[in-house]
Amino acid sequence: MLKDQACIVGIGETPFCRKPGSGMSEMTLQLKAATAATADAGLKGSQIDGILPFPALGRAEAFAGALGCENLRFSATLHLGGAAPVAALRAAAMAVVSGTASHVLIPGGWNGYSGARARAAVQDMNSLPGAAIARDFYVPFGMTAPPQWYALMARRHMHDYGTTHEQFGAVAIAMRKHAQLNPAALMCGKPLTMAEYLASPMIADPYRLNDCCLETDGAAAFVVTTVARARDLGKQPIYLMGVGVGQPYPADEITNRRDFHRTGLTSAAPEAFRMAGIAPADVDFAQIYDCFTFEVIQQIEEAGFCKRGEGGAFVEHGGIELGGRLPVNTHGGLLSQAHVLGLSHVVEAVRQLRGECGARQVQNAEIGVVTGWGDFGDGAIAILRR
Amino acid sequence: MPETKYAKPLPQMEGLAGEFYGHCKNGELRFQRCKCCGAFRHIPREICPECNAFDWEWAKSSGSGTVYTWTVVERALHPAFASDTPYAAVVVEMAEGVRLLSQVVDCPPDKLRIGMPVQLELRAMTPEVTLPFFRRLIDNQ
Ligand SMILES: [Zn+2]
Repeated sequence: MLKDQACIVGIGETPFCRKPGSGMSEMTLQLKAATAATADAGLKGSQIDGILPFPALGRAEAFAGALGCENLRFSATLHLGGAAPVAALRAAAMAVVSGTASHVLIPGGWNGYSGARARAAVQDMNSLPGAAIARDFYVPFGMTAPPQWYALMARRHMHDYGTTHEQFGAVAIAMRKHAQLNPAALMCGKPLTMAEYLASPMIADPYRLNDCCLETDGAAAFVVTTVARARDLGKQPIYLMGVGVGQPYPADEITNRRDFHRTGLTSAAPEAFRMAGIAPADVDFAQIYDCFTFEVIQQIEEAGFCKRGEGGAFVEHGGIELGGRLPVNTHGGLLSQAHVLGLSHVVEAVRQLRGECGARQVQNAEIGVVTGWGDFGDGAIAILRR
Repeated sequence: MPETKYAKPLPQMEGLAGEFYGHCKNGELRFQRCKCCGAFRHIPREICPECNAFDWEWAKSSGSGTVYTWTVVERALHPAFASDTPYAAVVVEMAEGVRLLSQVVDCPPDKLRIGMPVQLELRAMTPEVTLPFFRRLIDNQ
């Protein structure tokens, strides 16, 4: 039982950019975020003894070597794609609560816009659990990348539950509205209307360009320790109340799922809420991994904020905007702030619970949720409180 | 042979996937069927996830199915498919119960429907590789 035993004590981010690119290596970018996070926590790099790097973005040993971590005791990479940062939060909590490590760093970042990775990403499937399956059974039919695979899920949801393009648009518009309140967001100053959303070009029906996340250069990081150590550090500790990680079945293949709408969150969220001892209705905001608009609707459903099939109605009429029933992605998310692999969703949740969000602050935010979505529907969820 | 080189990615003809596409090359769509509990399975796997039996056979498919879900790719995300757009990728639910990702050929995008009956059409892409595509069974839309 991990409830209320571990805290996030430091957060760090780099600026986000597209053109002309960060001008830094991906490791340098991540070290900028990592040192910002350790400084925020009031820690020296040498005090980090656990590191959980994002898949394929650097080895723990390289981070340790650069940061001066002379006593690295715990390292792992969680192969859950965009669910990895929240899954790493759980692993970090397990490590510090068990005494396996004292201060665990979770970094992530990339030149997602300017780097070779951005252009090669659609051909680079080695990090997927179903890499060989995609290569042999999806790619030969022109289904080469996530928006195409996930479009199959979105289309079936539209068929089964009547979810509409306009409801997808409501997600894109909510993220864009929040970005107008966040000077760090790449889409700050570029508002989006429903007419503009519906006019954006189709990529893979039902996904239009404005249903798809940004490609960004940038990095973020956070530091986890025990409640007892957190009390001696500089910043207000943010407590991990509940956490869960799950996978659909089968996790490595999309088409042959008995329950086509089951994702990792379907099992992870009830576990997390049970651990926290609260209900979804008790949550003040949620930072939901928004690789594409429909994935927000689906995760809202599978996390239990509404019943399956009701997510479309949930996001309409400002339901997920600031002031709505559940403000979602107050920073603008992957869709309108920046794509930092889900790390910035954790960072934003911590900022909200510290009350550091200025114009986009959720008033009296006490409890927040962060989710991750990765690969073929892997899911992770953390419930945080101040 | 003076042929235009096929530039799109193809399955690697190895292991169980190689056996699956080997049957396609021989003009047959076959799925694994467990010899213990009789369950069909796709994607090919080493043992039966229903009963964990190791004994299985490649059972011939009827080739009939219905569209379970679909997308129309309007902007290719891999350069080799750029000249094909728009193309209709579908998940077909076969009469045998398994689902298969493929394309419906010669179908206008606005005719695609979930539940639409489709029939197998094997197409040799290269001398080595034949892929299973589908065609609308009847133009009933
Ligand atoms: Zn069996």
